[in-house]
Amino acid sequence: MIALDQPFLWNVHWAAPELILAGFALGAVVIGAWGKDKAAGFLSGLGAIAFATAGVLAFLWSPELPQYLFNGALVVDGFSGLAKAMLGLSAAATLLIGADYFAATRQARFEFPIMTGLAALGMFVMVSANDLITLYVGLELQSLAAYVMAAWRRDDVRSSEAGIKYFVLGAIASGLLLFGASYIYGFTGSVRFDAIAAAAPTSEVGLLFGLVLVICALAFKMSAAPFHMWTPDVYEGAPTPVTAFFAAAPKLAAIALLARVLYAPFDGLTEQWRQVIFALSALSMTIGSIAALMQTNLKRLMAYSSVANVGFALMALAAGGQQGAATAIVYMAIYLPTTIGIFALVLALRRGGLHVETIDDLAGLGARHPFAAALFTILLFSIAGIPPLAGFFGKLIVFRAAVDAGAVWLAVVGAICAVIAAAYYLRVLSAIWFKPPAEPVQQAGGAALATAAVASALIFPILVIGLGTLERWATLAASTSF
Amino acid sequence: MIDAPWLSILIFLPAAGAALLVASRSGLSGANPGFDRGVKIMSLVVTIATFIISLIVLAGFDPSSAGYQFIERTPWAFGVDYHLGVDGLSLALIVLTTALMPLCILASWTIEKQVASYMTLFLLLETLMIGVFAALDLVVFYIFFEGGLIPMFILIGVWGGARRVYAAFKFFLYTLLGSVLMLVAIVAMILIAGTTSIPDLAAYSFDPAVQLWLWLAFFASFAVKMPMWPVHTWLPDAHVEAPTAASVILAAILLKMGGYGFLRFSLPMFPDASVYFTPLVFALSVVAIVYASLVAFRQTDIKKLIAYSSVAHMGFVTMGIFAGNAQGVQGAIFQMISHGVISAALFLCVGVVYDRMHTREIAFYGGLVNRMPVYAAVFMLFTLGNVGLPGLSGFPGEILTMVGAFSVNAWVAAGACLGMILSAVYGLTLYRKVAFGVIENPKLAAITDLNGREWVIFTPLIIAALVLGLAPGVALDFTRASSDAIVAGYQAVRGAAP
Repeated sequence: MIALDQPFLWNVHWAAPELILAGFALGAVVIGAWGKDKAAGFLSGLGAIAFATAGVLAFLWSPELPQYLFNGALVVDGFSGLAKAMLGLSAAATLLIGADYFAATRQARFEFPIMTGLAALGMFVMVSANDLITLYVGLELQSLAAYVMAAWRRDDVRSSEAGIKYFVLGAIASGLLLFGASYIYGFTGSVRFDAIAAAAPTSEVGLLFGLVLVICALAFKMSAAPFHMWTPDVYEGAPTPVTAFFAAAPKLAAIALLARVLYAPFDGLTEQWRQVIFALSALSMTIGSIAALMQTNLKRLMAYSSVANVGFALMALAAGGQQGAATAIVYMAIYLPTTIGIFALVLALRRGGLHVETIDDLAGLGARHPFAAALFTILLFSIAGIPPLAGFFGKLIVFRAAVDAGAVWLAVVGAICAVIAAAYYLRVLSAIWFKPPAEPVQQAGGAALATAAVASALIFPILVIGLGTLERWATLAASTSF
Repeated sequence: MIDAPWLSILIFLPAAGAALLVASRSGLSGANPGFDRGVKIMSLVVTIATFIISLIVLAGFDPSSAGYQFIERTPWAFGVDYHLGVDGLSLALIVLTTALMPLCILASWTIEKQVASYMTLFLLLETLMIGVFAALDLVVFYIFFEGGLIPMFILIGVWGGARRVYAAFKFFLYTLLGSVLMLVAIVAMILIAGTTSIPDLAAYSFDPAVQLWLWLAFFASFAVKMPMWPVHTWLPDAHVEAPTAASVILAAILLKMGGYGFLRFSLPMFPDASVYFTPLVFALSVVAIVYASLVAFRQTDIKKLIAYSSVAHMGFVTMGIFAGNAQGVQGAIFQMISHGVISAALFLCVGVVYDRMHTREIAFYGGLVNRMPVYAAVFMLFTLGNVGLPGLSGFPGEILTMVGAFSVNAWVAAGACLGMILSAVYGLTLYRKVAFGVIENPKLAAITDLNGREWVIFTPLIIAALVLGLAPGVALDFTRASSDAIVAGYQAVRGAAP
């Protein structure tokens, strides 16, 4: 139980990763004000180091028992530590793969690492949220930073449109969240998760109403169908490094947050919310897989792919309890490097001096750059869930979670969607390997290519051999946190 | 016998070779004939070394025991063990694989496009194929089983014929759809039985009602892989478009994974369901044998004809397996091995003329015996083997599966018999059109007979076809213990079933 008689900041050291991020963001504003855009490169490097440090620190220094900070507003535990490690590393990777892109498109501004840092801070708070207010604050911090990042190319119509669209729809989702939270507060008399848990089973209908609204708002943030409409447009319009960021870290943060909301306060209502999650999962997988078949733009394709993948992660959450949390986090741990790697490759390749944008832009890559093509092959087959790549194990464990939760039908839907999804990943591979190039693809962006190589190595073979370790971490984190 | 993880070495040696190729490739760009030649030689060396290691395993194997040997087991993740082992059935298929691979590399000597990538994929494919047969853990099996799709997809798509992209997609998606259903069944089995070990699962009795669903899910995968009628349509496309060596691997090894799956999973793990569904399998097998033979007769493309003949011959295998008696199962295993040799040789025969003339149209050829007497003789031998002439390896398998089926259901055996006649019809007609007569096409006037490299490819296959045909006991004795174990377990249940 939370010790309320302690001095207010007595265990604030557990928030060190958040403090690093906040410190970086505030310090970077000062450096940027002084150095202007010439400091962009330096700040990117510094930011990457700060994010990675914060993430790794959060993981290595995660407490054995949950630690409650700020009168129970934040909780630091193994689960949040593991999630923060992945969030921090993804944010760092975003800066690495983005540097070259922004330089090439003359968009290198010092605010970018700051915005990324604030978004990362928001996500750190999200995965540690222990009451509805913190949840909202974290989510909004992340979202507001993300709206700015989406509209980063001010002179580009599509980018501005992406920012506006994301902002308007995101504001509606935030409204839903607050509305739902007000119901939960009204029916339980508390915003703190443990107090809600104590009150939850007594007052069902209004509480469920509030819970469903909160789930809908989070589904919007993680772009689960039917709340995914913004995703393709925002992904397409935003600068590619930003898209890479959106596709990876916020999904994990939202999934982890959802796990926290569902498991801690509403454990008694599992049978009720499970139906909602089943529906979201089935819809996301189906829509994500089928809609992607028609796409020609790589970023739109990856947008729908992320919708489908969120569906799979939700399938894991539906299992409930420690197993659900562990499965979801392992799934995301495999999904994150895969998707970042794919975007890194997209960023590393040029055609006629411009970044590749459509599937056909990749034509002839296999003949010209077998190495980049091999990386693409590994990453795409992994995200399609084909063994022996790590993505397969993600699919395997979410199917196991679904069957364990008694939803064999959901696993079958997932299996069929996996085949449909394979068809569009194969289309990309078919362009890479089978089509002759119209004009040669060039390789540029050494950092991006290196990131892709690291991601591929993670997917295969490191992660495959190290799966046992990953599973142990996730299980341990889940068992000490839920 | 040195105590070493021989199976792991066997599996990962080709992959190590592939990694070496990738490493040596980096830094080079564009065409480089000297490098390409080195790549080919290195691949050949790696595959031959793999073959030698498989012979070492063979030498240390005790065929009189039905149990698994050369067992390796290490915990991995998610309750899955890295668990390997072989019995007579799997070792026979492994040796078939490792023996064919050097021949495939030799047959690919004329490849000039992206040689390093081609050889890398081939070596990876070998790793995955050996892994399928050596895996003793359900999930590990699935990983190898499914992983083979990746290299094959790219091999067909890059080095294939005119409609290669279509064929590659069809191959991949068809097979994947079958396999993911199996994956769901695997997950269910893990949760029900609490283990992923194949020997433990074979000993576990699943509830007969659940067995039906599990059987169907596995059947979806193996029937596509086999391929059985009516889900065979990916095979002719894939075969026709694939490069010669990939066709050989596809016909000789990948198709056998379906039969291997039936023997390893369906019969031992779901015996009640297998009894229940036997009429279905019999019906599909007979339809496959007769229908595919008739379709083969009407083909204008040599490769497509042989592809349909593969569908027909695989019908004998499924028929034999589900006859569920000693003759049927032994015959099915023998037929798989023999088909591995004969279909490989036939596709290589097509490759010989395709390399020279770049067409597979039957009508293009005619009178080849005049210019290529040795080739005509070799082609004749394997055509007759395919037809099932006694004395060649095609015969024992077919007769045994028919004997096995006859004791269960005479009508099925009669239908299969009809298929045997039809195989002579299409096989000999093809041969007549391609080899006999006078040369009418002026383009064939300068065609040359087998060269030294092709001699090297065909000699081992000829020997294998003759040895297996004249002394089938070599293979039958080797696989007897494991097939007897499968049959004994199955018949115990079938006898008890109403």
